[in-house]
Amino acid sequence: MAEPEKTLDKVDQLKGKVWKVGDDIDTDVIIAARYLNRSEGEYLAEHCLEDLLPNLTAKVKPGDILVAGKNFGCGSSREHAPVALKYAGFSCVIAHSFARIFYRNAINIGLPVIVAPEVAEAVPEGVILEVEPATGVIRDLTNGQTYRGEAFPPFMLEILSAGGAIPYVRKKVNRRDV
Amino acid sequence: MKRVQVTEGISARCGENILLERYLERGSDEQVGMTITEKILAAHAGLEEVSAGALLTAKLDLVLANDITGPLAIKEFAKIGVEKVFDQDKVVLIPDHFAPAKDIPSAQQCFEVKCFAQKQQLKHYYEVGRNGIEHCFLPEQGLVVPGDVVIGADSHTCTYGGLGAFSTGVGSTDLAVGMAQGELWFRVPETMKVVLNGKPKNPWVSGKDYILAVIGKIGVDGARYMAMEFTGEAISALSMDGRLTMANMAIEAGAKNGIIAPDEKTVEYVKGRAQRPWKLYQSDADAVYHAVVELDVTDLQPQVAYPHLPSNVKDVAVAAAAKLPIDQVVIGSCTNGRWEDLWTAAQILKNKKVHPDVRVIVIPGTQDIYLQAVREGLVEIFIQAGAVVSTPTCGPCLGGYMGILAKGERAVSTTNRNFIGRMGHPESEIYLTNPAVAAASAVLGRIAAPEEVV
Repeated sequence: MAEPEKTLDKVDQLKGKVWKVGDDIDTDVIIAARYLNRSEGEYLAEHCLEDLLPNLTAKVKPGDILVAGKNFGCGSSREHAPVALKYAGFSCVIAHSFARIFYRNAINIGLPVIVAPEVAEAVPEGVILEVEPATGVIRDLTNGQTYRGEAFPPFMLEILSAGGAIPYVRKKVNRRDV
Repeated sequence: MKRVQVTEGISARCGENILLERYLERGSDEQVGMTITEKILAAHAGLEEVSAGALLTAKLDLVLANDITGPLAIKEFAKIGVEKVFDQDKVVLIPDHFAPAKDIPSAQQCFEVKCFAQKQQLKHYYEVGRNGIEHCFLPEQGLVVPGDVVIGADSHTCTYGGLGAFSTGVGSTDLAVGMAQGELWFRVPETMKVVLNGKPKNPWVSGKDYILAVIGKIGVDGARYMAMEFTGEAISALSMDGRLTMANMAIEAGAKNGIIAPDEKTVEYVKGRAQRPWKLYQSDADAVYHAVVELDVTDLQPQVAYPHLPSNVKDVAVAAAAKLPIDQVVIGSCTNGRWEDLWTAAQILKNKKVHPDVRVIVIPGTQDIYLQAVREGLVEIFIQAGAVVSTPTCGPCLGGYMGILAKGERAVSTTNRNFIGRMGHPESEIYLTNPAVAAASAVLGRIAAPEEVV
């Protein structure tokens, strides 16, 4: 039987505790190159953001949300960075803005990344946020405040609806075979 | 035909608005000028005209990965469900980051890349001893040519813009898709025109200083998602090595690609190397620019980027006055590991000794550069001065090996990033400079201006 198709509106609401980082968080800090001699998600997650927030991985609970400032994920193209964040348990990253290679990599591996400058500025660490990936609506469950994140462009929605870049391409390849 | 000049004072305006204004002014049937980046992407998407913001699928001339990003890409490639790569002649695999392998897991990664290349019968797999740092090696060997669209699973793939190609860094999944399909979707970037005027009075000012000065001016996200098009008399006068250095660091301003219009120097460089026909693109006079940044380089001094961002630049005189002692100097990398870089460093280190408290690591970018450095006496100059000369590798630039920094150590490096922990311990420091400043600093044991030594 074929894999069940995952569509964006079927992605569960994301809910978790907020962890905050600042501007220009680079991919070297997300996962240092000294760990790039391996690529397993679980291994990378153990060292995620460790030079900035030691022992983070032990404290993050599945579903937690990373909220960052400007230019999150700048620097190296290592896909290990979004992989480390995903396996560390983060359900999504919300930022004022993202560096472009990181943004694309995150979408490709199925880590939702949401541009929401208001959230980056207003939301403090420790609150519980709920995110609707399909609409970009973000709720602060501690005070009821609602924010709106940037909606995904239609082209990217298509990739996300397929469940990421690889399933998207598989669909295209299969279509061509027929 | 009415020409609308839109080269200055538009930084706050959006490219699409300008496009709209022009349509209104001329009537919609008239073509609007395009930038080099737009032209190359349009040509590879089978379109006559594109503008910034458009989404398209472009044919790829070359797809590149290394020993760090390759294994992940190979894993994703296997999931796609195709047996063979789209073209055995257009996939380049180079073990350069942790190669020759620094440890068992790295050896495993290099081996995976090699096995994949063998299985796929790739024409362009280059083993240690016949390769170099990927972004030095590909232009040198004529594997990439002007007018190409190239993706590489390495952020510094933007280097080839120095030849007038569109090239950009991607992750391993995009690379896998590229290997399978030979095409990839792109959003056509807005272009920032960077105009460098004047002729520097200081003879030690190089392409590295130009790009550091620009990043210092616009910030590490100043060109985020954009194409940076470098132009002006200082660019025309710049060597090919210097141009490749500038395009290489476009990513450090957040850009998607850096690009320089090809000219006689480009053709001269490409002739005799190119393994394929090339195509020269120029921006139209009425091309749409999202922003224009101008810099007069006449009085520019060599730049030093302080920890922990490439935008944190100061003039070398300011850095020298601080008299900060240093522990290590690295001369090399995809940014500054080319012939001109080594030659410049050698001019300063000739008949000099490295400061007793400093270790200097010189890394030629490719085997050809290494051999030339041996033949022309550069390696002897470095060794006599008290430096070590390594085989080509990315090694220390990303804290891999061959020069890891201890807690509290301070390095001067001709590489591209000085992020926290980039070269080793999170409490080490990296100061980015050009090769002349790095060599002078090696002699004095602190950040130094070249004229203090020669």
